[in-house]
Amino acid sequence: MLPSSAMVETRKLSVGLRAFLKTYPWRRIDPVPVASLSKPISECKVALVSSAGFVVPGEEPFSDSVRGGDSSFRVIPGDVNVQSLEEHHRSDSFSHAGVEADRNMGLPLDRLHELAVTGKIGSVAQRHFSVMGSITAPGRYVKHTLPAIADLLVEDHVDIALMVPV
Amino acid sequence: MQTVGLAQAAVEERGIATASITMLAKITAKIRPPRALSVPYPLGFPLGEANNPALQTAILKQLLALVERDDVPVLEELRV
Repeated sequence: MLPSSAMVETRKLSVGLRAFLKTYPWRRIDPVPVASLSKPISECKVALVSSAGFVVPGEEPFSDSVRGGDSSFRVIPGDVNVQSLEEHHRSDSFSHAGVEADRNMGLPLDRLHELAVTGKIGSVAQRHFSVMGSITAPGRYVKHTLPAIADLLVEDHVDIALMVPV
Repeated sequence: MQTVGLAQAAVEERGIATASITMLAKITAKIRPPRALSVPYPLGFPLGEANNPALQTAILKQLLALVERDDVPVLEELRV
């Protein structure tokens, strides 16, 4: 089940982060829900959910002062210029160089539009969603944020949601 | 990885199929989101390389193909 790369992937992480990853009480999804596609991918509307902490310019940045992590979310319009998004992820546990150079690294919206043009997917959703990962106390996130995001995805008749962590 | 994994569970429960990228497959295996694609890149680089549309598209295509799987939880390795 585990890819072979899993054995080497944590080597480059800092000692502190490795210790956290080892001891943190990860939430186990059980049972695992499954929604099956009812049509070909070429007819599906696709949305993106990113935990890179992106914010549309002028909107409220994510906060680094909320204990356990800022569990709020932002809507990213499907027609936004993705490179104009501001990155407000506060964690220093990863290099921000990739998303700073190219926002598609955390929200591959340009790629998604290209897949719609070539007919690989049916369409790009009108709304995408941004949260700030590294939420260590996810109670509020699970109880309030995720149902709100799911409501909007249902409202937009999205068929597939692709999720991108950083 | 937990932040998107939990989002997958919440969205999938509402009838919308999901798949995520992971840079920490061992952690994702503990969380058990429905479908995840393990990529051999460091944290911060889920789509591999900035300004490399060909690579980013290849990753997205495999992520999309994963959505057709119903034998959850499934954790697949990127082939590029």
